[in-house]
Amino acid sequence: MTEPIDDLLRGPLVIVNLGLRGFAESLEAQADDVVQVDWLPPAGGDAEMIDLLDKLL
Amino acid sequence: MPQGCAIRKNQYYDSVFLMGVNSRLSKIAGVRQTAVLMGSEKNKVLLGDMGIRAREIDEAGPNDLVIAVLADDEATVRSALEGVDAALHSMEATTTPSEIHTLEDGLRVKSDANLAVVTLPGEYVYAEARKALDAGLHLFIFSSNVSLEQERELKQLALSRGLLVMGPDCGTSILGGVGIGFANAVRRGTIGVIGPSGTGLQEFTCQVHHAGGGISHAIGTGSHDLSNDIGGSTTLMALEALERDPSTDVIALVAKPAGDQTLRVLTARLQACTKPVVVCILGRSDRAPDAGLEWMPTIDAAARAAIEMCGMPATGWTSTLTISDPGLSPDVSARRPPRQRFLRGLFAGGTMCYQSQQILSQAGLTVFSNAPLGVDGLLENPEQSVEHTLIDMGDETYTQGRLHPMIDGTLRAQRILAESVDPEVAVLLLDFVLGTNAAKDPVGDIVGAIIEGRHRRAKEAGNLTVVASICGTEDDSQDLSQQASLLMEAGVHVFWSNARATDYCIELLRDQQEVA
Repeated sequence: MTEPIDDLLRGPLVIVNLGLRGFAESLEAQADDVVQVDWLPPAGGDAEMIDLLDKLL
Repeated sequence: MPQGCAIRKNQYYDSVFLMGVNSRLSKIAGVRQTAVLMGSEKNKVLLGDMGIRAREIDEAGPNDLVIAVLADDEATVRSALEGVDAALHSMEATTTPSEIHTLEDGLRVKSDANLAVVTLPGEYVYAEARKALDAGLHLFIFSSNVSLEQERELKQLALSRGLLVMGPDCGTSILGGVGIGFANAVRRGTIGVIGPSGTGLQEFTCQVHHAGGGISHAIGTGSHDLSNDIGGSTTLMALEALERDPSTDVIALVAKPAGDQTLRVLTARLQACTKPVVVCILGRSDRAPDAGLEWMPTIDAAARAAIEMCGMPATGWTSTLTISDPGLSPDVSARRPPRQRFLRGLFAGGTMCYQSQQILSQAGLTVFSNAPLGVDGLLENPEQSVEHTLIDMGDETYTQGRLHPMIDGTLRAQRILAESVDPEVAVLLLDFVLGTNAAKDPVGDIVGAIIEGRHRRAKEAGNLTVVASICGTEDDSQDLSQQASLLMEAGVHVFWSNARATDYCIELLRDQQEVA
């Protein structure tokens, strides 16, 4: 039976890059399918609000 | 000391950007210390520890940028803070911002995504990683500062869904030829490797490459995966995947010490593996042979064994690995004053530091380190080397609020100069790591300090021998041959392998009685 990880190793990689832009750039340089997320903390970074939102969503 | 701070409300930047701004501010004459960071609770504590306190900082939130400066006088503080916006704009001009700010939006653009690469501050990782797993994505988590409880939960959830979690604190992976994080441009081939250490994987894959072999996949697992707390969850999953993978013929495991309980489970699983397996667990080289398993003492030996298992000859191995092997100059030690007899190692790669300690210890040397093999070797003050000392400059002491030495050589250059003037130092051992996301010119960033250090020593009595290894390939963007040439022009003995460079240091020190 094929496991999800087997598909990952077989490729191609389609990547969501959360955070450091340099990582996305180095992946793009290897001709990879990558989308850069300039990530921002949700709820203004308020830990209690993030926790509440996570429970609601 | 005079200090001041500035706050920029609702301006969120990633850590590399902030450290770039920090680096610019810290170079202003008269500035003693700077901090450029987001106003999270953790960072506010860090600022307090630095002695920086202000009402504006207390009121800042996680999305607010905080800039703090300590300087010789008030005028320098004011001038540095006034230059903040210019530094920010100058840094921003070099990047093109993305309009996508959440994982959900990213997935709307790439609905077929199969991997999330996460480099967020540790406190935000768990929630985002859970969302990625819920969306069916595998994970590469570069971030550190994720609790073991959270790591365990993420890996258990991933396991139940057949998803791979590389990390947290995962520096390197190469999947089907694609390097993620810090990785070298190595040939594709039939050797699959698994490991918790980024530079360990980089060194192994480069050694295989230099010997003419190739890599099918290099799967980083994160530095805590082989602990008893985590139980090798990712390692075991990766092992099973490589066992099934048609492009992998030989499997290698390269690691620093594992938890005893995890090691027992892992050993049993490795013994049952249907493909040839090579194991190198540094610090475990005295291990008795296990049926069907090749335990290798060094990364070089593991790479050589893996190559041989692929049916390739290992002939010419030594010469292939050596860029410059000047041989032992018999008068090198004779020219030194008797008290000049110690080795100092300054490493960007944690595994390089660890492996060098192991090799030196096995040669009978007593070695101290900020990241020692055992508690006996712990350096009391990481800033103060004693006798034979090896420093892992990627350790938290040196990276808190700063870029890793693989990206920024500033601190290592300073330490090279400091060690060079110690009259007891005979040999300096360094490593240079090339590849994606590493410094553009790692040798160029440091070679000035090497030249200056050797010059200072030459003016006094004795001489300073500098030995270095380069972890990289000719296909890395930094130009391997140019990096090696820069070192050799500075009189450095250069090797393509940390183990070989360390062996060479032992040869240089062999006249000393304590070497076995």
